[in-house]
Amino acid sequence: MDIKRSYYEDIELFKSSTILVWSILFLVFLGILPWLVKTYHLLGMSIYVVNLITINALVAIGLNILVGYTGQISMGHAGFFAIGAFTTVIFIVNWSFPLYIALPIAGFISSAFGFILGLPALRLKGPYLAIATLGFGMTITTIIKHMEFFGGRMGLQAPKLYLFGTPMKDIHYYYVIMIIAVLMVIGALKLIKTRVGRAFIAIRDSDIAAEAMGVNLTYYKTLSFAVSAFYTGIAGGLYAFILGFINPEGFTMIMSISFLAMVVVGGLGSVMGSVAGAALLTYLDIKLQVVQDIPAIGPALVAFSQKYMSIAGISNIAVIVYGLIMILIILFEPLGIFGFWIRTKRYWKTWPF
Amino acid sequence: MLGQLIVSGLAVGACYSLLALAMVIIYKTSDVLNFAQGEMAMVSTFIAFTLMESYHVPFQWAVILTFLFAILLGAFFELVFLRQAKEPTVLGLIIITLGFEMILMGFAGWKWGPDQRSLEFPISNIQTYNFFGLVMSKINFWTIVISLVLMLILFLFFRYTKVGIAMRATQQNQLAARVMGIRTKWILSFTWAISSMVGAVAGMLIAALGVLDPTMMMDPLLKGFASAVLGGMTSLPGTAVGGAMLGIIENLFGGYVSLAFKSIVAFAVIVLMLCIRPSGLLAKHYVKKV
Repeated sequence: MDIKRSYYEDIELFKSSTILVWSILFLVFLGILPWLVKTYHLLGMSIYVVNLITINALVAIGLNILVGYTGQISMGHAGFFAIGAFTTVIFIVNWSFPLYIALPIAGFISSAFGFILGLPALRLKGPYLAIATLGFGMTITTIIKHMEFFGGRMGLQAPKLYLFGTPMKDIHYYYVIMIIAVLMVIGALKLIKTRVGRAFIAIRDSDIAAEAMGVNLTYYKTLSFAVSAFYTGIAGGLYAFILGFINPEGFTMIMSISFLAMVVVGGLGSVMGSVAGAALLTYLDIKLQVVQDIPAIGPALVAFSQKYMSIAGISNIAVIVYGLIMILIILFEPLGIFGFWIRTKRYWKTWPF
Repeated sequence: MLGQLIVSGLAVGACYSLLALAMVIIYKTSDVLNFAQGEMAMVSTFIAFTLMESYHVPFQWAVILTFLFAILLGAFFELVFLRQAKEPTVLGLIIITLGFEMILMGFAGWKWGPDQRSLEFPISNIQTYNFFGLVMSKINFWTIVISLVLMLILFLFFRYTKVGIAMRATQQNQLAARVMGIRTKWILSFTWAISSMVGAVAGMLIAALGVLDPTMMMDPLLKGFASAVLGGMTSLPGTAVGGAMLGIIENLFGGYVSLAFKSIVAFAVIVLMLCIRPSGLLAKHYVKKV
């Protein structure tokens, strides 16, 4: 919306001092968030939920690099998530690597698989790519389920980590995850403004034109898959620790779909959007699992279920609401939550008109 | 052994090819992949189950009522959700179908609970026919017959009736079809209704072969996609060929190589097919202008 007068202005991270101040305030807020959540029971959240939101936001950012910036589709990100989780745990348990080495290695292994998935993606477009990635996700789950090395059907238990001698609790995990997340978010924001990021956007807009301009499609498409898988792998590694126990059945197609939903609901092509989408959908997911606890509607729903539907499946309301939100956002605001933000900003700025 | 594997592969492939048929019909007219196909079939099958169990409707009437429900479900989805989308991108359409899938899955899980049931079917699972020493259960045989008959009917319908040609015209260029006087909106609803009905048939047959629970269609959905891709997304006979081939390949792989990794075959088949011959075995290859 503002005119940039030099190249440096276009690529800098904080466009004005206002944004810099708000970013610093936000970081301070993140720093004291655990204390706030514990004391004030903010919206009924716990540190576990905040950790889960951050991890899902990491995956959403990774997926957004692939879907929003490069224009591909991936419905198999649960596979990369699982690879990250299992690799981290195995490296720590079997070969005694410390966390800060095992996590990047898991990220790199995951991005190697991303590269492998990117190779058939060079030839596929749109719905065919969606099917291929869907198959990839299910393949990974099947392979992990059947190999004894990964614990077979029972899954693996995440080891207890020690931070300077004391066993880590939720709060320590929170700070570790938040620091990693902030670094990776800054990385993603910077990535978009570099040459690589612009190549991605060019591929999204028109890949034939991009190739004509000299963007090496093979290199950049597979790179996009690899970077996206890297983010997802690291998030998966962290997920193993906050969940405590990973099991191949837990990385279903529903998980891939919910990652995609987070990206689309938040806004394609916007890092802030994917964080917002991840926060909203994770929060809804957690809260709706126990829908009977909502003060007003809860008992009414329980009574309704007992009369007409089964009571055991009441947590499926979460799934229904999820699907409904996905559809409504696409129908009414294709740009997602980020679209709402931009429209509000524009309305505010041009108010008298 | 080899013959037995092939024959049971054909039977299971017939189920996949029915699902693929439903998907190809929709792709042929609306150009959108219907990820909700499995769930639509599953809900229709549950309706049939409820009609037969709770209301003691005889089987034939339950089937007809289920078809009616499936038609309404397909038309409802197209009317309420797809039509409202303004200029949707490919990803947007996929997300809409995925959203509908989640709504249906949640609804089925809520209403009927996660327990497994079994669907009563007049054709038995246990009695078998015996051809030249190869054993095939009655229901497998009739599945193959039903799927071939349905596919033949639909193929003839698409090629030789006015409505069928109108459906193909709508896919190729919707605006031109409207200019020529085809009521495209009605055609789209009709397509979804038919596809949902075929899906309901597939769902009932799959439930008769196995168990009936809310997650029963997730695996066959992927196999159905694989069959559709194998045969060609715009070719109806291709679905039969694709389904049969996928069933046979999968069973041979399971029998000779490794039983545990049978499901991976579907994915490998998809990737190979899409890399070597993207439009499938039997479909014409359309090259899009830039």
